Amino acid sequence: MNVLVLAEHQHGTFKKSAFECITYGRRVATTTGGNATVLVLGPVADLSPLAAYGIASVIHLKDDALATLDSQLYTDAIVSVMHRTESGLLILANSSTGKQLAGGLAVRLQAGLVSGVNALPETGDGFSVSKTVFSGKADVRLTINSPVKIITLMSNSVPLSTEPVTLQIEAESLGVNPGRVRVKQVERVEGTVPLPEAERVVSAGRGMKGPENWGIIEDLATALQATTACSRPVADSGWRPHHEHVGQTGLAIRPNLYVAVGISGAIQHLAGVNNSKTIVVINKDPEAPFFKAADYGVVGDLFEVVPKLTEAVKKFKAGH
Amino acid sequence: MKILVCVSKTPETTAKIAFSADGKSFSSAGVNFIMNPYDEWYALVRALEVKEQVGGEVIIISVGGTDYDTILRKGLAIGADKAVRVDAEPVSSGMVSAQIADYAKDQGFDMVLLGKETIDYNGSEVGSMLGELLSMPFVSYASKMDLQGNTATIYRDIEGGEEILEVDTPFVLSAAKGLAEQRIPNMRGIMMAKSKPLEVRPALNYEPKVEVVAFSLPPAKSGVHLVDPDDMDELVRLLHEESKVI
Repeated sequence: MNVLVLAEHQHGTFKKSAFECITYGRRVATTTGGNATVLVLGPVADLSPLAAYGIASVIHLKDDALATLDSQLYTDAIVSVMHRTESGLLILANSSTGKQLAGGLAVRLQAGLVSGVNALPETGDGFSVSKTVFSGKADVRLTINSPVKIITLMSNSVPLSTEPVTLQIEAESLGVNPGRVRVKQVERVEGTVPLPEAERVVSAGRGMKGPENWGIIEDLATALQATTACSRPVADSGWRPHHEHVGQTGLAIRPNLYVAVGISGAIQHLAGVNNSKTIVVINKDPEAPFFKAADYGVVGDLFEVVPKLTEAVKKFKAGH
Repeated sequence: MKILVCVSKTPETTAKIAFSADGKSFSSAGVNFIMNPYDEWYALVRALEVKEQVGGEVIIISVGGTDYDTILRKGLAIGADKAVRVDAEPVSSGMVSAQIADYAKDQGFDMVLLGKETIDYNGSEVGSMLGELLSMPFVSYASKMDLQGNTATIYRDIEGGEEILEVDTPFVLSAAKGLAEQRIPNMRGIMMAKSKPLEVRPALNYEPKVEVVAFSLPPAKSGVHLVDPDDMDELVRLLHEESKVI
């Protein structure tokens, strides 16, 4: 089966999800005996980071009109490349971009769609994939029966594996005009890994007592090379920015390590984080429900425990 | 503005999740169902605010059996003018969006609003499909929308930040937290809802492209390993040697 992978980038810098999707696409193409192609939309100066993950063939549509997301322009572009490469599988990231596009592409390509796929497919008899449903409380395996298939890949689902290749790039412009969606401004926190892509997350809740106390959380996050997050009451009180909110009404994430500090663990919060591989809970209340979902727990005053943990991490890193 | 709001029915957040013996379907026995919170709190309420600001009509639509009527009556009690139910079991996002588009295509809607996802299947698929089926631009994860004439300025949640964009009506928009504030239906709304129209439509045929093999519950956690708060070196050792996450 031929496979097409959309490699997402932000102002020309490829996202980690792009490399995960390429790794996934290469493995499916190898298993099923097909060709894999990477599609890049919009201006990008340097495509060379793509060469590390094993797909040589790259189609780059350089139009300025594709620099920002417009669902209709993107759909047209992706559909044309799906036809041209005779691809039977399209892989998108399960991101704000991938999910905005996936449904429309499924309609246009008459494709079966599964979003939020969390593992490689089973391709022995048909094509089936697994995903998490009910806000992390269950998994489901689904078969896609249509000739053309689309999946969106949940981040941190497939370990990145490198396989350097020499890129064969077909670069061109479609000559499309700007679309109906006019992006005016993009505000993004620079210098940190976005939460959905983070491998390690340090998250804190009301137990912090106030925004002025977040220094110890940031210190721990720095020591662990982690991204910071927070619970809903913290975001609602304006102690932390809205985009740090994880849980039912915020972001759902699945990092390798989730450290929850002063968060009781209401079911709405767990819905956003219970797929994390390892959960550490620090709370002074031994009855906090979060301990039931945790792998490791520390019952103690967070204002004493967190700085000690930060020191222990620093000491460990210095010795390794 | 003529606004369509798509509403869905989901198990409430705290519902116990269980499946049939063959693993192919959700066991609804003893489960309390609610209107999907993103549809109710954000999409529907923002639609009502727009109507209050510039006039117009708010229609809610669901794809489902008679068990959806309670959800639709609640939507009417919150303030929608009319409800439409396409009479069929909602089997997939493709099937649901095809039914909604069939109703909406010649109705001249200025906006189609819906929640960013349902809290059961978490797919985020229907809005994107509707955009394509109705040939309207689709904008996802809106946490704020201001309307000036026919131009909407939309704040859209993206990874680690937000995107601010403009789009003219008609469009399809999926609602995230922040777009509006939840409204609780009052007694007058509940009484009025009883006399508002609820139209039931037959469903189109739809050939599903995705089928469930089986649902499963994740393995239970083996129990928390408590670490002495005075021995954080031990926690670091466990994270390194046992979990291998640092």
